Amino acid sequence: MTTEPWQDGVYAALKDAGVRQVGYVPDAGHSRLIDRSHADPEMTAVVLTTEEEGVAMAAGAHLGGSRAVLLMQSSGVGNTINMLSLPIHCRMPLFTLVTMRGEWGEFNPWQVPMGSSTGPVLQAAGVHIRRAERADEVVELVAASARLAYDCAIPVAVLLSQRLIGAKVWVK
Amino acid sequence: MNNLANALLDRRQVVASLLRDTADTPGGELLVVTGLGSTTYDAGAAGDRPENFYLWGAMGGALMIGLGLAIAQPKRRVLVITGDGEMLMGLGSLATVAAAKRPNLSIAVLDNGQFAETGHQSSHTALGADLAAMARACGWSAAEIVTDMPSVEALRPRLRREALFATIRISPEDVTRFLPPRDGAYLTTRFRAALGVAPS
Repeated sequence: MTTEPWQDGVYAALKDAGVRQVGYVPDAGHSRLIDRSHADPEMTAVVLTTEEEGVAMAAGAHLGGSRAVLLMQSSGVGNTINMLSLPIHCRMPLFTLVTMRGEWGEFNPWQVPMGSSTGPVLQAAGVHIRRAERADEVVELVAASARLAYDCAIPVAVLLSQRLIGAKVWVK
Repeated sequence: MNNLANALLDRRQVVASLLRDTADTPGGELLVVTGLGSTTYDAGAAGDRPENFYLWGAMGGALMIGLGLAIAQPKRRVLVITGDGEMLMGLGSLATVAAAKRPNLSIAVLDNGQFAETGHQSSHTALGADLAAMARACGWSAAEIVTDMPSVEALRPRLRREALFATIRISPEDVTRFLPPRDGAYLTTRFRAALGVAPS
């Protein structure tokens, strides 16, 4: 996957926001952030087996005076729902970047159900949603949303649209 | 055959032992995260303290909260105390935490082979699952099973110095309920204050 300039801008925005832990379930759309996180001695990157682990890890980071971000794909959002009660009830920040599937030029029909319900499900669970559609807005949107999450101690998800990420290309 | 048939340890005695002299921990007061259900009550009954973070929900999340905390506070020691049911719901975190290789995080799983909170239904550990074996298979270098109080006493300093997984077999007997604070915002604020984290 090619690296777009905005991906390094997003990484810089996370660092500027004080993020020092990155929990992730791999996704091609997050691969640049994952690589940067592992290469950065100031950052601790943790590969997760399932997305709700990252919600709990972020809570632990907050208890210890640090900041974590959760990187996941829209299909993983459904795994996090009950664990979201942790930051919401405990008045903790949660900041997550969600790469969207099942919307723009999707090839795999199995991605469509969770992709369609990602936003409504997060909102129903009490998470504040922001959505990035264009490369020229995403860095600023991530920076502002990170402030909202960490400074106001609320859960915030930035949905990175599939049009922005680029639809996955399948070659036989 | 229920592999817990000979387990007679009292859960309150076990947790009181694990949390004795918490100041006697490298780096300062032991940081404790407890799992939803009985281990939260056990830790509260051993003596409420700001460095205890009790889960009253978020089942399956105790060990991962411990990981985030251990990464954030590398000079402090973190001990997760949870039950077999809570650990079973977060089995993947055994692999995640082993892979993350944090030297300052240990976990003690109180195993009564039951979902005691919901009516004593048998859990997987009473039906053949071995959590310590799973921990080893996930990459924990030290994973032990403890069945008597002298061994629990011997475990206490190790849980504060190693990256240790321990299953402690306990009696499934009910004990008197003890309810520590359950307001999560309060628990969070006082925990951070005890660590000297400035409020935002």
